[in-house]
Amino acid sequence: MTQEIRFNLNGSDTVYTGNPADRLLDVLRNELRLTGTKCGCKEGECGACSVIIDGKLINSCLVAMGSLEGAKVLTIEGCTKTPQFAALDKAYESVSAVQCGFCIPGMIMASQCLLANNPHPSEAEIREGISGNLCRCTGYNAIVKAVGTAAEEGNGLW
Amino acid sequence: MKTISKSVPKRDHAEKISGSAVYVCDYPTEGMLFGRLLRSSVPKANLLGVKLPALPEGYIYIDKNDVPGTNEVWMILKDTPVFADKTVEHIGDPIGMLVGPDEREVDRLLAKVEVEYEELEPTFDARQSSVVFFDYGYEKGDVDKAFEDADKVYEEDFETGLQEHLYLETNGVIAHSKDGKIHVHGSIQCPYYVHKALVHALGMPREDVSVAQDVMGGGFGGKEDYPSLLACQAAVAAYKTGKSVRVVFGREEDVEATSKRHPSFCNYKVAVKDGHVTGMKIEVLYDAGAYTTMSPVVLQRGIIGAPGIYTIPHLKVHGQSRKTNTVPNGAFRGFGGPQTFFAIEMMMTHIAKDLGQDPVDFKLRHVAKQGDLTSTSGKHHFPVPIPAMMDAVVKASDYYTKRAAYKNQTGRYRKGIGMAAVYHGAGFTGNGERDIIKAVAQLRKDREGNVEILTANTDMGQGLFTVFAKIVAEALSLPLERIIITYPDTARVPDSGPTVASRSVMAVGELLRRAALRLKDEWVDGQEQLIEERYKHPEWMIQFDLETFQGDAYPTYSWTVNAVEVEIDTYTGNIGIVGAWGSFDVGTPIDENIVIGQMEGGFVQSLGYGMMEKMTAEKGRIRNNKFSDYIIPSSVDFSNLQVMLHVEDYPEGPFGAKGAGELPHVGGAPAVLDAIENALGVNLNKIPFVAEDVMNTLREVSR
Ligand code: FES
Ligand code: FES
Repeated sequence: MTQEIRFNLNGSDTVYTGNPADRLLDVLRNELRLTGTKCGCKEGECGACSVIIDGKLINSCLVAMGSLEGAKVLTIEGCTKTPQFAALDKAYESVSAVQCGFCIPGMIMASQCLLANNPHPSEAEIREGISGNLCRCTGYNAIVKAVGTAAEEGNGLW
Repeated sequence: MKTISKSVPKRDHAEKISGSAVYVCDYPTEGMLFGRLLRSSVPKANLLGVKLPALPEGYIYIDKNDVPGTNEVWMILKDTPVFADKTVEHIGDPIGMLVGPDEREVDRLLAKVEVEYEELEPTFDARQSSVVFFDYGYEKGDVDKAFEDADKVYEEDFETGLQEHLYLETNGVIAHSKDGKIHVHGSIQCPYYVHKALVHALGMPREDVSVAQDVMGGGFGGKEDYPSLLACQAAVAAYKTGKSVRVVFGREEDVEATSKRHPSFCNYKVAVKDGHVTGMKIEVLYDAGAYTTMSPVVLQRGIIGAPGIYTIPHLKVHGQSRKTNTVPNGAFRGFGGPQTFFAIEMMMTHIAKDLGQDPVDFKLRHVAKQGDLTSTSGKHHFPVPIPAMMDAVVKASDYYTKRAAYKNQTGRYRKGIGMAAVYHGAGFTGNGERDIIKAVAQLRKDREGNVEILTANTDMGQGLFTVFAKIVAEALSLPLERIIITYPDTARVPDSGPTVASRSVMAVGELLRRAALRLKDEWVDGQEQLIEERYKHPEWMIQFDLETFQGDAYPTYSWTVNAVEVEIDTYTGNIGIVGAWGSFDVGTPIDENIVIGQMEGGFVQSLGYGMMEKMTAEKGRIRNNKFSDYIIPSSVDFSNLQVMLHVEDYPEGPFGAKGAGELPHVGGAPAVLDAIENALGVNLNKIPFVAEDVMNTLREVSR
């Protein structure tokens, strides 16, 4: 049941040779050693494993490798190289929005995806945009504030 | 605001936000064995035998017979076995562990293991249990006389449910065996607790065992006691195989098998004379689960706080924790406080309503004042800032106007506002700091003049490393970049005690401040220097006696007032949070952002505890074992949540700081329940209170 799957990962063309039923999350973490994407549940409920596939925020634990043929996948490792990340990084830092950090790579992917689709979100839209990403530490206020600040300060980036 | 309170970037910010931080699940696994626990599928039984499938080469099964030292996990007591011996005591009780090089193969083999049980009659209800693990009590004044003289006596029962920590990162450890030594690292809140347990279970000399904390994805108490058990199991496997053994739980296993908040049953009898509470008789029962773990201290905190923030002249408080055949309940932010504070806050509210008084006014009339005796006849040595904090929260929430406006509503959507005022006793209960912990902290200066902090305290995300570095930098008048602090390893740090009980900043932070002042005095350029400080008990404290429960249970208290406004949809039962306001006094915040983050996060957990997080068990089997059926707050649930800080300096804490981490998890639940009562015009006695409870209540009211 081995198959070759060609997709773009963080800007590089990649070939995955393996079982098309393998989960993207496992492949990222175990085979490609991209461990910034976290596993909180493996059932599509927590958002810790969020990546961006073709511009959409997706839980990578629910993605079968076989569905990725021709897709563009962005993980936190690829995201950190962008100017948008720099703006988010600064904003998150300014309000100390990172506590245990386990939800945070996923939150950043959610923040990035939200701002790409809506560069000037209201507070309610920010809350909606990150609502699939659970955080047990912060109570969300600081994260919501950080996304708002990034949108303002990084004006024009998204 | 003091200069030290001004926020700085968190030390762990960059590695966490970029995804480069290495949590225990992120280590490369080449050459490692994977461990999976064989767990009991029945709640209580004699263990008759285990039948293994044929194990391929490289796969082995270990159990109690492989424990080289004693088959006990030394927590407070030693009743938790590393692996079940003759009996199993709850569903999920670990019987053995299968280890091997391929995780999926281990799972496949585990599914084929057959266990033979002789089932015994289990107990699931603590009220029916005949096994009393702990029994404490205390009295104050003449409670019988207070009841004789009363013109009215109230009696109510209260219940609180299980709560799951649901840290985003599950429990996990890796154990290494090399040259006759064992090293364990992982998601560990208290490395020296784990060290003590390992030395005992492995029967090895202290110096041959070391324990380190990895970057940690949240704890909230859930990684205080549990890692001692898990580390022993992994270490036994490493010891036996001579290899590195990794055990990282999946979510369901973590929820089903690890500790939770103790469910509670409380009975309050209250004597009132001339509109004033004069006496209380309080019975507290905590469901400990199958083993004792942290239950004695959880119960102590629960009964000490049972009369709340009020000065009640005549008291009789009695508490027990009893065994049930369920997963052991352990430490969870608040540590026994949230259960009894829920009960007392509702009790006071209900009495006020019956007397025709506003609960806020009624409570304010009973609040302790500086100099008053505490419940255990210690003393409130410092100012009690509740009136000022209450005032701030009343104003911010517009409490009185709303409370009056929300009476007697009849439409589909009904609003309500409620208020609770609570404390958290800062630090270890009683003389624990002096007699048990005996904290030691060190500072090591290198030749270049960089100063390393050496303590065993862990940063689980709460910001401790940043805060410790700030304290030392400030006391030494050095730039922050010159202060070094890394994740602790017992091989290199002294035992400064566990990271629990909201003690780290107050107790260990103060040791560091004193060490820094000494280093500043004794500073010699170009030389290595080591400064050590040991804990000193405040001399003004009234000695606490654990036999009689008399004296100062805590040196000082952190205070909070919470208000919550709800809107209830009476067609669906949905409870919407319109607003939540909290004033918090944790002394001087060493970092404003960090303290606010702790308050917001804890407040949200406490609201979850009150109105969302329902965990049910059927015949000892937990039913809500996933994010999809154990519901925790998301970003859209509590949008208008505002935190204010009130600062009452604590002279014995570093720069005036006292305990912070647990305080915000105490008052949210009673505040939201009070708001629900206001909206529905009823009295409530139970949390969690979720949509189906709203519907049931409405049905009862209309009957
Ligand atoms: S790990 Fe994918 S949603 Fe939780
Ligand atoms: S920071 Fe810990 S889960 Fe979000």
